[in-house]
Amino acid sequence: MEAASTGTKFQLRARIRGLIDSGATILAVLSTLLVILPLVAIFIYLLLKGASSLNLDFFIRTPKPVGEAGGGMANAIVGSATLLAVASILGVPMGIFGGVYLAEFGRGTKLANAIRFTADVLNGVPSIVMGIAAYSLIVLPQGHFSAFAGGVALGIMMIPTICRTTEEMLLMVPHVVREAALGLGVPNWRSVLSITVKTASPGIITGCMLAFARVAGETAPLLFTALGNNFWSTTLNEPIAALPLQIYVYAISPYDDWHRLAWAGALVLIVLIVLAVSLVRYVTSRGVLKGAS
Amino acid sequence: MGVGIEVANLNAWYGSNHTLQDISLNIPANHATALIGPSGCGKSTFVRCLNRMHETNPIARVTGTVRMGGIDIYEDVKPVEIRRRVGMVFQRPNPFPTMSIYDNVAAGLKLNGYTNRKSLDEIVEKSLKNSALWDEVKDDLKKKSGASLSGGQQQRLCIARALAVDPEVLLMDEPASALDPVSTSKIEDLIFQLKTQYTIVIVTHNMQQAARVAEMTGFFLNGRMVEFDSTQKIFTNPSDKRTEDYITGRFG
Repeated sequence: MEAASTGTKFQLRARIRGLIDSGATILAVLSTLLVILPLVAIFIYLLLKGASSLNLDFFIRTPKPVGEAGGGMANAIVGSATLLAVASILGVPMGIFGGVYLAEFGRGTKLANAIRFTADVLNGVPSIVMGIAAYSLIVLPQGHFSAFAGGVALGIMMIPTICRTTEEMLLMVPHVVREAALGLGVPNWRSVLSITVKTASPGIITGCMLAFARVAGETAPLLFTALGNNFWSTTLNEPIAALPLQIYVYAISPYDDWHRLAWAGALVLIVLIVLAVSLVRYVTSRGVLKGAS
Repeated sequence: MGVGIEVANLNAWYGSNHTLQDISLNIPANHATALIGPSGCGKSTFVRCLNRMHETNPIARVTGTVRMGGIDIYEDVKPVEIRRRVGMVFQRPNPFPTMSIYDNVAAGLKLNGYTNRKSLDEIVEKSLKNSALWDEVKDDLKKKSGASLSGGQQQRLCIARALAVDPEVLLMDEPASALDPVSTSKIEDLIFQLKTQYTIVIVTHNMQQAARVAEMTGFFLNGRMVEFDSTQKIFTNPSDKRTEDYITGRFG
């Protein structure tokens, strides 16, 4: 009798545990779906609204004057690429080196704490303020808007994100790996560059991609810096078009034709960001060995 | 060839914690010397003082002298230089996770600017053979990451990595404590072979292991060295009561 009742008790407990287990699993799956849902919804909506306006002209023509049909955003696509290249050249090395300093050389120093605090504050500064800063630092002294100023504004926005993710990723590298390098008689700087940074590189690259994707869609910092341009621009010294700017201008215009182009532009912007991120992922993952964590 | 190590009045601190007190001993060349003692007795700190790894901790401090082959390692050379001549194998296997098996072994040479590919190949092969790992990995040298190996293989990889820079002394800080019995016996066989060419200092919690591999044994307790003598003497007829108590399992 005794044995039978413990048996049922045990079965009951096991059933309750089973229910809690499935409940938790269902919740986790639902949460995941909820996270993906907005992205999928936006993408589908963009496809519905924008795909019909996409044609070859969109990718090889510059905008037409109001009233004329057709035209494209070729100059804005190239302009965005230019701005992002300038931003990355400035922001990626500065962010990574800053993060390396915070994690490896300046740990616990007052300077490092000050830099970390500054980076966190900079991360929270509204992007339009970044634009005003670049405006007063570069546009005003030079006397004209330029692609360079736009790139600098975006680049400065990339620094704090990259800097802090680099630091976090480096701190995650196990202490024993650093000791292994030091124990081989490798100088500290060499061990940091060739071992620690290399071990953390997948995470550092993710940080760079996050920062890149974030500034790729920024409009506000470009308003007073890159300004926008309806024509081809081939130099960093002149105003340049950018996809987010073009979308902004077209979307607030009163013309249906322009609205359609703005939708198409938004679709292209998202696809290009996804492509760029996937390309970097592919290129950087090719060297990874079997079983590397 | 290995060199002997003469340690005199070595003291070490972590912050205000006096972890090693007045250690003096002579470690013979081309032999294995075991250091035993309960956890926290200072034996790991002691080996870390022999390649100046102790001072990589910002709160650590050392006084006293350590001489290897006539050189005072705290006076005459830079820490980086002494660590090239004194290899170290750590408690937990710590291969470089992003590097292939080959690059792990070659790391010490490559990172110190040695790039002759042909002789690198030879050194990698020789080191992996010396650490009894060659047959298990020779087909995957450049394909697999060091982290993809089993724990025992990883530890032998770490030994190969330490051997590749051709050290005179090999320090092993509980090299088998994280391994299963089969891997442990492989590592012990290895120590047996290696001690003909290198001076080996091995920290161990396992007294049978000390008895099996080492000619000399030192017993540490509370930051002091209680006794240092031939392994046979320590295990059969120790002069100090505390050594006997520890060996017979009365504490620790």
